[in-house]
Amino acid sequence: MCGATEGGLSLAGVDVAKEAVIQGQVTRGGEPVHGAYVRLLDRTGEFTAEVPTSATGHFRFFAGDGEWTLRTLAPKAEPVDKKVHAAVGNVAEVTIPIG
Amino acid sequence: MTRENSLVSAQWVEEHLDDPKVVLIEVDEDTTAYDKGHIKGAIKLDWTTDLQDQVRRDFVNKDQFSALLSERGVANDDTVVLYGGNNNWFAAYAFWYFKLYGHQDVKLLDGGRKKWELDSRELTDEAVTREATTYTAQEQDHSIRAFRDEVVEAIGTQNLVDVRSPDEFAGRLLAPAHLPQEQAQRAGHIPTAANVPWSKAANDDGTFRSDEELKEIYTEAGVDWSKDTIAYCRIGERSSHTWFVLKELLGQENVKNYDGSWTEYGSLVGVPVVTGDEPGEA
Repeated sequence: MCGATEGGLSLAGVDVAKEAVIQGQVTRGGEPVHGAYVRLLDRTGEFTAEVPTSATGHFRFFAGDGEWTLRTLAPKAEPVDKKVHAAVGNVAEVTIPIG
Repeated sequence: MTRENSLVSAQWVEEHLDDPKVVLIEVDEDTTAYDKGHIKGAIKLDWTTDLQDQVRRDFVNKDQFSALLSERGVANDDTVVLYGGNNNWFAAYAFWYFKLYGHQDVKLLDGGRKKWELDSRELTDEAVTREATTYTAQEQDHSIRAFRDEVVEAIGTQNLVDVRSPDEFAGRLLAPAHLPQEQAQRAGHIPTAANVPWSKAANDDGTFRSDEELKEIYTEAGVDWSKDTIAYCRIGERSSHTWFVLKELLGQENVKNYDGSWTEYGSLVGVPVVTGDEPGEA
């Protein structure tokens, strides 16, 4: 499992050298949140992509070099914004606790 | 304005869950989402296997579409309500597709699956079967579908609206960022295209903005309301969302969706391409 981060989402099948991966997990009280929506906003705040979290609360984006914002929406929770830096060849791992 | 004819709220759907003439259909990019949970009574259409020819790059033909809807139990006089994930991208694509084949009464669930989930409304994994019908599709309505040659001819004469994210428009990304970026086609956009990301038309919860806000967004982006318009994205699904806004919500005449979109245009030999944030010259 080349490049997989311990405890993170498996990177099997992803050509990490060619992608600027942003991935991670949404949690509530330390437990994974399934079915939250994570939006990737660019440096100007414009929407770039969105994914629902998996059964284990995980999400993944293939971004580009630079600063990005992750905005997380979930039932009965206020939106949470978190800034992240991405670079081609790197995997940015982010944990997003929500209220 | 046709908002009331083309868009229904989650509340409206809940009130019509047991109406036999209302057919709920889920269409998702993630074609497994339906199987994990769907709105009660909803059937599923798979945009890759049900709606696309499996050999040529094109849609299923009129007879295949008729057979598909007959088998799934959709009648010509049913009210079809489409919803899905990704802020209704693929549901809007299916909406446009149903219009292409002349279905009379088709609507979109405002906010789609996301709004439904964020409202904590009920989803079920119960299997749904509908009695087969005899559905008859119409000939494709090409007044809403653009092909590559007319897109090239539209440069400098019609509104071209590129609804992808700014980074895709400029050529810094080749696909929406939830997909791997390695792609065969060239990066960039069609000269003169205005970049109005589809997301400008939607609130964070996936519902559409008001008609007044929408009109302002496209006007500010340079859309000339006196001209015909072609919308495109990467594979034609996000541009269906914008086609829906311009045609169905704002009532604009002569709006086409270019379903070939950037995966076709960016692979064409000899056509003009612009990179960077500016629309570029004709």
